[in-house]
Amino acid sequence: MDKMTNKDYQKFVEEKIPKPIYLKNAINAFLIGGLICTLGQVIRNILFSYNLDEKTVAIGTSIILIFLGSLLTGLGIYDKIGKHGGAGATVPITGFANSIVSPAMEFKREGFIFGVAARMFIIAGPVLVYGVGSSVIMGILYIILTKR
Amino acid sequence: MAIKRVGLQTVKLSNPPSIISGATIVGPKEGEGPLKEYFDLILEDDMWGQESFEKAEAKIQEEAIKLAISKANLSPNDIQYLFSGDLLNQIISSSYTARQLEIPYFGLYGACSTMTESLSLGAMIIDGGFADKVVCATSSHFSSAERQFRFPLEYGSQRPFTSQWTVTGAGATVLSATGNGPYITYITTGKIKDYGIKDANNMGGAMAPAAIDTISQHFKDTGYSPKDYDLIITGDLALVGKRILLDLMKREGYDLSEVYSDCGLKIFDGEKQDTHAGGSGCGCAAVVFNGYIYKEMLKRNLNRVLLVATGALHSPLSILQGESIPAIAHAVTIDNLVE
Repeated sequence: MDKMTNKDYQKFVEEKIPKPIYLKNAINAFLIGGLICTLGQVIRNILFSYNLDEKTVAIGTSIILIFLGSLLTGLGIYDKIGKHGGAGATVPITGFANSIVSPAMEFKREGFIFGVAARMFIIAGPVLVYGVGSSVIMGILYIILTKR
Repeated sequence: MAIKRVGLQTVKLSNPPSIISGATIVGPKEGEGPLKEYFDLILEDDMWGQESFEKAEAKIQEEAIKLAISKANLSPNDIQYLFSGDLLNQIISSSYTARQLEIPYFGLYGACSTMTESLSLGAMIIDGGFADKVVCATSSHFSSAERQFRFPLEYGSQRPFTSQWTVTGAGATVLSATGNGPYITYITTGKIKDYGIKDANNMGGAMAPAAIDTISQHFKDTGYSPKDYDLIITGDLALVGKRILLDLMKREGYDLSEVYSDCGLKIFDGEKQDTHAGGSGCGCAAVVFNGYIYKEMLKRNLNRVLLVATGALHSPLSILQGESIPAIAHAVTIDNLVE
């Protein structure tokens, strides 16, 4: 053991680790992610049937999916969907809702200011910061490149 | 001149303290596992009527200690020292427990190695003539550990295969200068080993070198070999750590395959209970020792056991800063007979 370098040991550990089941994970992610997107499409079609315009329908669909994601998180169901769906459950907007609601619930005991409000974005925060940040940069590039 | 030292890292206790009682309280999931018949109390609700998981953990530890003391027909006033620790920041479960018990208290942090850390110190204090009766205890709680080290409970993430499941439970041992055994006879104190593993989801891989180092040193210091033991059991190396340990111990010249086990593999049925690599947490070694091992030793089904609780001594902060995981393992020999 003493003769092993850190690199040797880490390589040795890699061989002992069970490999993730990529195919099964990918199929589950495809099915669950696809199901969530199909649900989004159903909501869209229903909203269109009320003669709403494209912009309102897009916003309405997002709001309803966020609500459903939050509700399922509160009922203790979304973590089970996430366990099987992986990225298929994390990437859609329902997963984003889950990532904000779950810490908000978890840290309620620490109070509404330093618990719920302060901890709410511990998972989603980076997505917001870099999402908003990169869209600002793209916006500036768009102006510079098109308004010459 | 330290006359009780043998070899580099081991002490031989000249008046081996006796374990006069042990108590365990576990959560519902542990109570569905293969060792359920060995636990004193299985909770139906892991909040146990408390308003936070942290309070629930402190209550579990407090009640386990009280139970161990009352099983020995003693009261907290008879106990001269309490050695305890847990996983939460600033070891709050243990300190809030000690507040309730009013026993002189040493708070310990050895992460999941705390059970043997507390047994080591408790036994040496008794052997040194500084106390007649001490309690050694530790606890962990799945939900309080998850929120400190990982993600919120309701967050829909996937756990990797190397990840382990923190045991909800507490174990307490009463050691006495007099008693009919089993006795603590040798203590091998581990050194920190760090082979550069940075993945906090692979604690078995991070801790295996510490266990290998402590166990081999124990054999060198005491002259024992694997066949002198009925059971050599690590704290929470789980599936990945076990594979590493057995392979590398063989390279060191010790074949442990006949006598080796791991508390993290004993406590859950990994297939049925979806615990991935196995159990972990301070409570893991604590409840397996005070439940299964202690009771089997009393029945004489096991007569000499080497308990090697293993600890990963990182923090969420050090992991974010890209530091590797320092690991430790402390070994304690528990023997039904004294030479």
